[in-house]
Amino acid sequence: MSDSKNKENEGFQRQFIEALPHAVALGMVPGSMGDGRAELSMPYNEKLIGDPETGVIHGGAVSALMDTCCGAAAISHPDSPGGTATIDLRIDYMRAAVPGQCIRAEAECYHVTRSVAFVRARALDDDPERPVATATGTFTMGND
Amino acid sequence: MANARPDPVQIVKQRRDAALGALVSSVPYIGFLGVEFDRRGDELTAIMPYAEKLIGNPVLPALHGGATAAFLEITAIIGLSWSVLWEEIEAGNFDASAVAGGKVPRLPKTIDFTVDYLRSGLPRDAYARAHVNRSGRRYASVRVEAWQDNRARPFAQATGHFLMPRRDG
Repeated sequence: MSDSKNKENEGFQRQFIEALPHAVALGMVPGSMGDGRAELSMPYNEKLIGDPETGVIHGGAVSALMDTCCGAAAISHPDSPGGTATIDLRIDYMRAAVPGQCIRAEAECYHVTRSVAFVRARALDDDPERPVATATGTFTMGND
Repeated sequence: MANARPDPVQIVKQRRDAALGALVSSVPYIGFLGVEFDRRGDELTAIMPYAEKLIGNPVLPALHGGATAAFLEITAIIGLSWSVLWEEIEAGNFDASAVAGGKVPRLPKTIDFTVDYLRSGLPRDAYARAHVNRSGRRYASVRVEAWQDNRARPFAQATGHFLMPRRDG
């Protein structure tokens, strides 16, 4: 990929996230995006705490990150007409994310049809060997 | 004092509302999303007042799927925790005023959570209620339904499994 194409992509990713008020409110930072794959991270923030005793991030914030990342992967697929909506999303919470660490999500479309993208994702903190959560979801190809 | 008079209704209500308030306000993320709870007896209705920061698609505009998922999960966790707490308070095992005073019980942990998006969330207030399918000593299954203007037309529903906090004794 040429530098100019890369730059164009970076601009697109930033625009994609900045266009989503909820993603901005949660402090999501875009990573790479393209070809049915996306990466997105969410730095630790005290306002996202779900367990006051341990300071662990709320599952809902992890869901929001996963949903956004999966949606980004669906939109970035070459066959996507642009735009998407979540049909269904399942999250398995394997362990608590370590308080203070940034959470990074990576999603990929493992199958797409004309109408549906089948997407899976993982959420990781600083230990990439042990995912915090995994997700599988279905997304519309285009805005409904 | 076998026939001690029950406490006046306002006192009972105040005590229960204070316990619920303490439970809800102990979670920063609930405050961040602006989710509130309305209590009628033991029944809770969660309310997520509309805010611009909940929007995911500014063109439609529609609520972010993540905000909807979080709203449902919050409703499930608080609903489940409240149902257990309610029984304990009623049985006299748990002092509601102690909860209100900051002795908040540990919350259930989500094992898995599956959300069905039935229609796009409108830029309006959203409501949700949780139904505990089963609440065991260690595991629980909870179903949640969320709607906006029309109770008969839910915009999202979810089912989740939870690990219950260990209880002393």
